[in-house]
Amino acid sequence: MHGVLSDAIARWLHVLSGIMWIGLLYYFNFVNVDAVKAATADGAQGPIVKYVVPRALLFFRWGAVATWVMGAYLLSVEPPLNGMNGFLAAFGLQGSMAPIGIGAWLGTIMVINVWGPIWQSQKKILGMVPATDEQKAKARRIAFLASRVNTMLSIPMLWFMVTGPHQPL
Amino acid sequence: MKNPLDSLWGTIICGVILTVVLYYVAHALVGSGAA
Repeated sequence: MHGVLSDAIARWLHVLSGIMWIGLLYYFNFVNVDAVKAATADGAQGPIVKYVVPRALLFFRWGAVATWVMGAYLLSVEPPLNGMNGFLAAFGLQGSMAPIGIGAWLGTIMVINVWGPIWQSQKKILGMVPATDEQKAKARRIAFLASRVNTMLSIPMLWFMVTGPHQPL
Repeated sequence: MKNPLDSLWGTIICGVILTVVLYYVAHALVGSGAA
């Protein structure tokens, strides 16, 4: 039996970790891409890549996990719909749970993007796993496009997260 | 053809278009579902 307090704490943590995750996503896309380009124009790896990006990526990827886990918990404690619990009703896009379900699907794709293409490519770019210059160049392009896809998906995701549970369509 | 995700504005416009499309998808799903 879930409690009102545990639901409120989960919702609070969902929003806090979501701000951490999407805030860093926007930092990477709106600030870091051009900043790194300018800072490393002479070909040398600058302090941003060495000191800032690894730390930002740490909070970025674990923020994504925390956001998803708290969101999954919040869906699971929703009242059942069409014989399904809230989590399954949302991901099954059932009736009134469809809007938040679309948001949940978008968020899930984004988490997979973070831990898949973005993180796996960043490990090569940052030298955490061995890679040739050619592999690093390819990894840069993959990480960039995956990050841009997440930025694009964050726009409808936030719409459905904010309006889905609180405002009828 | 240039990839719209290469520019920030292209990314934002794609996101807004996707939001509008998904809004109508959600609207249809809510209308067709029970409860």
